[in-house]
Order: sequence, then C-alpha cells, then structure tokens
Amino acid sequence: MSITTTDESSLTKKDFVTPNDVRWCPGCGDYAILNAVQRTLPELDIPREKFVVVSGIGCSSRFPYYMNTYGFHTIHGRAPTVATGVKVANPDLSVWMITGDGDGLSIGANHLLHLLRRNLDINVLLFNNRIYGLTKGQYSPTSEVGKKTKSTPVGSVDHPINPLLFALGSEATFVARTTDTDMKHMVETFKAAQAHKGTSFVEVFQNCVIFNNKTFDTVTSRDVKQDQVLSLEEGKPLIFGANRDKGIRLNGLDPEIVTLGDGIGQDDLLIHQPRNSNSAYANILAQMTYPTFPTPVGILRQLDGRETYEDALVQQIEHAQSNGSDNLQELLTGQNSWIVE
Amino acid sequence: MTQSTDSFEEIDSAVVRFAGDSGDGMQTVGERFTDSSAFAGNDIATLPDFPAEIRAPAGTLAGVSGFQLQFGNSKILTPGDAPDALVAMNPAALRANISDLPEGGMLVVNIDSFKSMNLKKAGYESSPLDDEDFRKKYHLIELDLTGLTKEALKDSPLKPSDKVRCKNFFALGFMYYVYGRPLEPTLKFFEDKWGKRLPDLAQANSQVLKAGHNLGDTMETARNRYQVSKAPVEAGVYRKISGNEALVYGLVAAAKQSNRELLYSGYPITPASPVLEGLSHLKKFGIKCVQAEDEIAAMGVALGASFAGDLTVCATSGPGMCLKSEFIGLASITELPLIICNVQRGGPSTGLPTKTEQSDLLQALFSRHGDCPLPVIAAHSPSDCFDCAIEAARIALTYMTPVILLSDLYVANGSEPWRVPNVSDLPVIENSFASTEEEYVIYRRNKETLARSQAIPGQVGLEHRIGGLEKGEDGGVSYDPDNHEEMSLVRAQKVARISKTLDPIHIQGESEGDLLVIGWGGTYGAISSASRNLRDEGFSISNIHLRHLNPLPDDLGEIMSRFKKVIVPELNLGQLNVILRAKYLVDVISYGKLQGKPFKVAELHKKFLEYLR
Repeated sequence: MSITTTDESSLTKKDFVTPNDVRWCPGCGDYAILNAVQRTLPELDIPREKFVVVSGIGCSSRFPYYMNTYGFHTIHGRAPTVATGVKVANPDLSVWMITGDGDGLSIGANHLLHLLRRNLDINVLLFNNRIYGLTKGQYSPTSEVGKKTKSTPVGSVDHPINPLLFALGSEATFVARTTDTDMKHMVETFKAAQAHKGTSFVEVFQNCVIFNNKTFDTVTSRDVKQDQVLSLEEGKPLIFGANRDKGIRLNGLDPEIVTLGDGIGQDDLLIHQPRNSNSAYANILAQMTYPTFPTPVGILRQLDGRETYEDALVQQIEHAQSNGSDNLQELLTGQNSWIVE
Repeated sequence: MTQSTDSFEEIDSAVVRFAGDSGDGMQTVGERFTDSSAFAGNDIATLPDFPAEIRAPAGTLAGVSGFQLQFGNSKILTPGDAPDALVAMNPAALRANISDLPEGGMLVVNIDSFKSMNLKKAGYESSPLDDEDFRKKYHLIELDLTGLTKEALKDSPLKPSDKVRCKNFFALGFMYYVYGRPLEPTLKFFEDKWGKRLPDLAQANSQVLKAGHNLGDTMETARNRYQVSKAPVEAGVYRKISGNEALVYGLVAAAKQSNRELLYSGYPITPASPVLEGLSHLKKFGIKCVQAEDEIAAMGVALGASFAGDLTVCATSGPGMCLKSEFIGLASITELPLIICNVQRGGPSTGLPTKTEQSDLLQALFSRHGDCPLPVIAAHSPSDCFDCAIEAARIALTYMTPVILLSDLYVANGSEPWRVPNVSDLPVIENSFASTEEEYVIYRRNKETLARSQAIPGQVGLEHRIGGLEKGEDGGVSYDPDNHEEMSLVRAQKVARISKTLDPIHIQGESEGDLLVIGWGGTYGAISSASRNLRDEGFSISNIHLRHLNPLPDDLGEIMSRFKKVIVPELNLGQLNVILRAKYLVDVISYGKLQGKPFKVAELHKKFLEYLR
C-alpha cells in the first residue's frame, strides 16, 4: 500500500520506543527483553513500518504497547493465529510474536504447534517464567513438579512441558534458547531468528521477580553460570565449565559429561550441529536439564530449505493466475447458463 | 432422442422426491433433475435431505438420503410440501418417505431391493408391495433397476459391481421420461465429469440414462406423462445456484468491488464446508484460503489478515460460532472489518448437523460478553446469499466492524435459478482508510458513520497498536470509567446508524390490514407462498421479510402498527419474537417449529388462517 518507505539505515533504538509508560513490575525480566528487541530491530535493515508485533495475553503480551511499530495485543493463547493472518495477508512484513509459558504452552499450545509445523516466516519469542504472573501467581505448564503456588498449596502434580522439546516435536525449523540476563546473547539470537526463513522459536528464560523470583538462577547467576550453562556454537565441541575442561560425549544414545584430559580429547566430544536434518541431536540437547547436565543456551536447531507456508500459498495463487482468467463475469455466469429472451 | 407421440398432461408444477441409501447417489440424481428442469425453463426450488453419517449401514432407515425439488411454470418459492412422485430405491427409503406421499401419488420402487434382508433392515415384516391396499393407494411402478441396468450395460467393460452402481441414473432416465425433461444437460454432465478421466463410466451412465428414458416409452404403466411449461421470467442470463455457491461468488465480488484482496479462513464443518472448498478452487482470483487448525484459529487468521488490510471472511455453523465468540469481541473492540457467516443447523451442540434450523439468531445478536452489539443480516434464499455477501462487506468496510451473516442449511444446500447480474452493475464498496497526509488518531471517527479509519501495516508513519484492552481516542490503553462508557456507546451508535442506509421495507400485500407476517432467513419461500395464497383467497394478510436483524430497519415499528396482528414464524422457539417484543412493545404472536425441517406452505396457511377468522 505504501510507496515510500522510511530510511532503515538511520533507525536507532529510540525509533522503537513508545511514549507509553512501561507497566511491568520493577525488576521484571521483561524490561531486558524489551530493551534487547528494541536494540535488535534497528540493526535488521528493515523499515520500521514493516514490523508487526503480535501478542496474546499475559505480562509478556503487553509487549506490543511498548514497541513503536504496528502491533496487535490479541486474546489469550491465540497470537499464533493472528500472526499467521498478518503474514499470509502481507508476506512482506516482519512479524514478531510475543507469548509466555501459559499463553503459548497452555491455552495456546495447539495454535503454537500449528504455526511451527506450517513454518511461516515469523519470529516467536516465548518468555518462560514458569508461573502465571498477571493472574498473580498460579503454577504454569512449565512449572516444576511440586511447585507450591496459590492454586497448588501442597505442590503441583503435573509433569511440566519442555518448550524446546515441544518446538522440536512440532518440527520447528529454528529452535533457540536465551536468557533475560544476557543482553548480547539475546540480540544475537533475535538477529539469527529474523535471518532464518521460517518460524523461529526462541525460548527466553525470564525472571518473574514477584511470583517466581530466581527460578533460573542455576542458569543465570554469575557465580554458577560457566559451570552450569552449555553455550552452543555451531561447529564447536560441546565444552563448558569455568576452566573449559568439561564436555558432552555420546554414549550410545545417551549424552554424558566427561572431563577433558586423561585420554579424552575434544575429538571425543559431540560437535554442535544445529543444521543436522535429523532432529535426534537437537532432542538430546533439549532434554539436558540441570542438575544432571548443564543447561544448553543458544541455537539448538536451524534447518534451512523448508518452504514457508506463505511462499507456498502465494506460489499456488500465482500459478493459478498464470493459467486462468480472473474474469468475474465468467465466474458468475458459469458453464451451464441459459438465456431467457 | 426420439420424441414420444403420446400426449402430455399439462400441469403448473410438480414435486419429485428421490430417496435411497446414502451411497445410492440420490443427491447427484436430484441435482441432475434440477439442472434439467432449469434447462427446460422452469422455476425450481430444491431440498436436499441427507443423514449426518456418510455411509450409515446400507439399507437402514438411518442411511436414507433424499432430494426433493419442485419445478413449475410460475414463481416457485419452496421445494413443495409433499411429493407428487416418489422414487424409492429400497425398503428403508420407502418406509422413511411414504407417509409424505399423498394417495394417488406416483411411486417408483426398485423391486430388486425388496428382499427379506432389506425389508427386515427397514422394519417391514412383509413387503408392503404384497399388500393389495397399498398397491391400490398409489400409482405404483415397479422397476427391477438392478436387472435393467445390468442388461443395459451388458456390453460395457465396467466391472459388474460398478455397473450396478449406475442404477440411480436408470431411475433418473425414467423420471425424465415421465416429466418430459431434456437429457442433454445430464449427458453433458457425464462428459464433463468423467469423459476424460473415466470414459467407460461416462459412456455407461449415458447408456443407462437413455435406457431408463426409453423404458418409459415402451411401458404400459407409464402412460401418464406430464409437461410443465417455461416460467415467465425477466430476460437475461440465468444459471442454477445453491446458497453456498452464491455466498462464495458474492464474497469474490465484494472483494473486487471494495478493491481489497480476499482472505478466507475456515475449519471444516457441516454445512459450511462448501464455502471453504468453493473459495479454495478460486485461486486464480487471488483468493487466499487458509484451512485453520480449529474454529478459533480460523477467526484469528481472518482478524490478523483484516488488520493487515485484506477483506476477510470466516464461515462456520453453530458450534463454530460458539468457539469464535471471544475473537468476535476482539474484532468489535478493535473495530476491524470482518465477515462471519453462520450457516445454521439444528442445535444445541452437535444437534442435527444435517438438518436446517434458525435457532442461532439470539446467539448472533448477543453471544459476546460485554455490551457488544454487532450488525447481523440474514439471507432468505440461495441466490440472496450473493447479495447478502456484498451487503455484509459494505457494512463491514464502511463501518469498520465485524458483521454476522446468517444463512441456514436449507438456504445453503438448496438451489434455484438465478439471473446472473452484470458485474458492471454491482455497487462499489467504499473503504475507510487512513490518510498518510495527516496525523493518525486511531479512534477519531467519521462524523457520519462513526467509523474509525484503518491504517495498514506497511504504511509509513501510521504505526499504531490495537488490542483487546479498552482504549482512548488516541489508541492508548485507558481504564477511565467515563471513557469506557463513551467508547461502548459510540460502538453501539455506530452499529445503530447502519439503519439510516437501508431501503424501505418491501411489503408483500397491502401496507395495512388484519395480519402482518414477519419472517427472516430461509422461511421466505414458505411464508411468501402461504401469504400470497391467502391474499388470493381474499384475506387481509401481508408479509415482510427482514434481511437486517441488527439494526432493524427504521420503518419496521411503524409498519407493524398498521396491522391488527403480527405473527412471526421461525424455525426456532421464538427468537425474533423476543427482539420485536422487547424493542417495540408489540404483542407479537410467535409460531415456532423445531423439527430440522422447513415450514410447509400448508402448515403456515393453516396457522395464519387461525388469526384471520
């Protein structure tokens, strides 16, 4: 519709900040993620008017109100459907979907599954804080078993869902994890998500300072970070630890932690291979959880080449248009009309 | 084709019903008879009637599928109350339908299927065909359709089992003989459908159809032949059209007339699936069709695409409407244009999925939480779906609002001749787009329509956020109590103002009198016929049929006041009745029916008469 575009090269973070007061709780991890997205977008060489931020319901889903782009704050769990509609209507737009663990994996899990399998070129940021924040502290589908909350006074009984396994099970073509405490890593991951053609699923560990404080401290606190986090880098062996002396080796189908030295070298370790078309490797990573394993952070899977839904849909239309007439009068008259004089 | 020399009895109209197993091809046969009658220049109305099960156990009452049509030499508004001729392919079809056949009616049965097993499945202890009283009651024609079909195809290369499946066309050919129908449209249908892909099948069906027709020529018992001359209609190009087809074409036309791209998003549901299927075949018109993962998603996709500037549509039926409710509320508060079609069926819940009903009116009017009035319109006949689709788009785009378009199974599946409009005569639909020349204030309104203007993602300088939270005029989230009340009122006023653009109500009959009949939706034909008949008998009765159910036309109250009594027949327990009483404080008489079947002209005639004497 627009003929002119803004000059994308001159965009800065400020261009993506709205005058609205940001109303998350002081100390909420969402501030850092907002900051990271506002830093990422100006670096993507995309004019501002082409960004659309779509969200569902929950603390994270207030996000569009704070982004000076086109935005749509929708209803609980249904953001993937609205994002799909936006992208199909205009594949030229850069669509960012913001959701949370309750919004995306409880009420909206069905839609998220279908978005991922259809592989629309949409970036999904799932803020996982393992709690319902906006309804003031009930356990969520990612809460650990035994979680004591207002609605589970003696502990929750249901097994949590692993967002990465969910995404891999839905055959997502881009699956990554980052944390609200690592600005540089968030920006890198979001850029990679935008660069990926297809649905990019990014789980962001996000701290809820009020109802689930420090839930990700085993990953994010400075003193343990190096020993308990496995940073994924494509083509590099899986090494972690403050002294870079621990690695992940495959024993049959099971990963195991080994210490380098004593006859064990880097060649024995698993090499990070996010583009492996077999998802078994990514699934092994996704299942590695603290305290048995360090927590993997980075891009687990990045599979290029699968056609996006919108491209396939547009191609079918273009093919039909090149082979048929769009004469409405002919359509209405049909093949079996008769004339009354 | 040789023209028989025996004389035809000239009649004004006839009602024919085909009934058989759901696998017997009764819908196909009915459709072909319809095409042939349209080709012969008759006016027509059809009533397909099939079970919810695709293939219920063969030979059982549960599996009986029927197709009734009425054709005539003047305006035909209904598929007819009772058949003049019934074709029963098996005992179950006979048992399920015989009570509708008047004494003396023509009864064509496939005697080959009247064997003990089939009789038992249909609940007959002995064959009714052995009962002398039964035989005398009807004009009975017994055909061994299976044997005759096999004989006609003795040289065909088809497998024996495939040959037998052609027998529905033998019955059709015979009925074509009885009613002097042309064979050409059906022969063309065979050629178009199977000529290239399965030429042997096309050939076999043609042979069987002709054999059935020729049998009539040689049979002593079939000497009664009927002729229905052409109906006098306005000059023009005509075609046969079903309600769902007309809806599809209307949506395509609306997109063209509004200069927007069309996105349709749906989830399969009876009886709305043909809309999804129909639009999916029209990619050459640039139509984007999304089969969503569920009804909620279908609505979400449509709303997202509406935000992005497309003309967007969902079609569903009652259960799907329930699921869409929350999203419809979001569409209302964000004031985005959208068309939601509800092809009504029997409810609640799964209810009667393949039977007609008009019981979703109150749902359409009120199913959102919050104070959330929306425009609601209803189509009254198959071809009216075309005009209603354009009207729904006009309202949605002019007023920036979701619109609910009610159809029903009877309208959707029924078909009638349609005078094809000239595309150049179709109305142009205005959009309410924002200007890039001035500051964009999301909820600043057009003074006349109260519509907000729409800025489309991708437009420079119009970046904005919308959402489910209440907003102030500038689009900022607002919890201000006065603002919420004001915004709620203005949304309601916007919808109410649509009535200013409506044409005066068309009254059939005098503009004042004893009894006014008010109808809406698919009851149009039966109500109009019954009222017309009573007027012909000298009674003071008039009828109006409402397309706009919200807002109601401005002249409705005044028209009602000019009649001594007002009656509202509906295929529900009195839903429009509730609205009229509440809004106009008129003591409206409600006449409801909830049997999954349309009104018969005779039952309305009888009911209206009660209030005319």
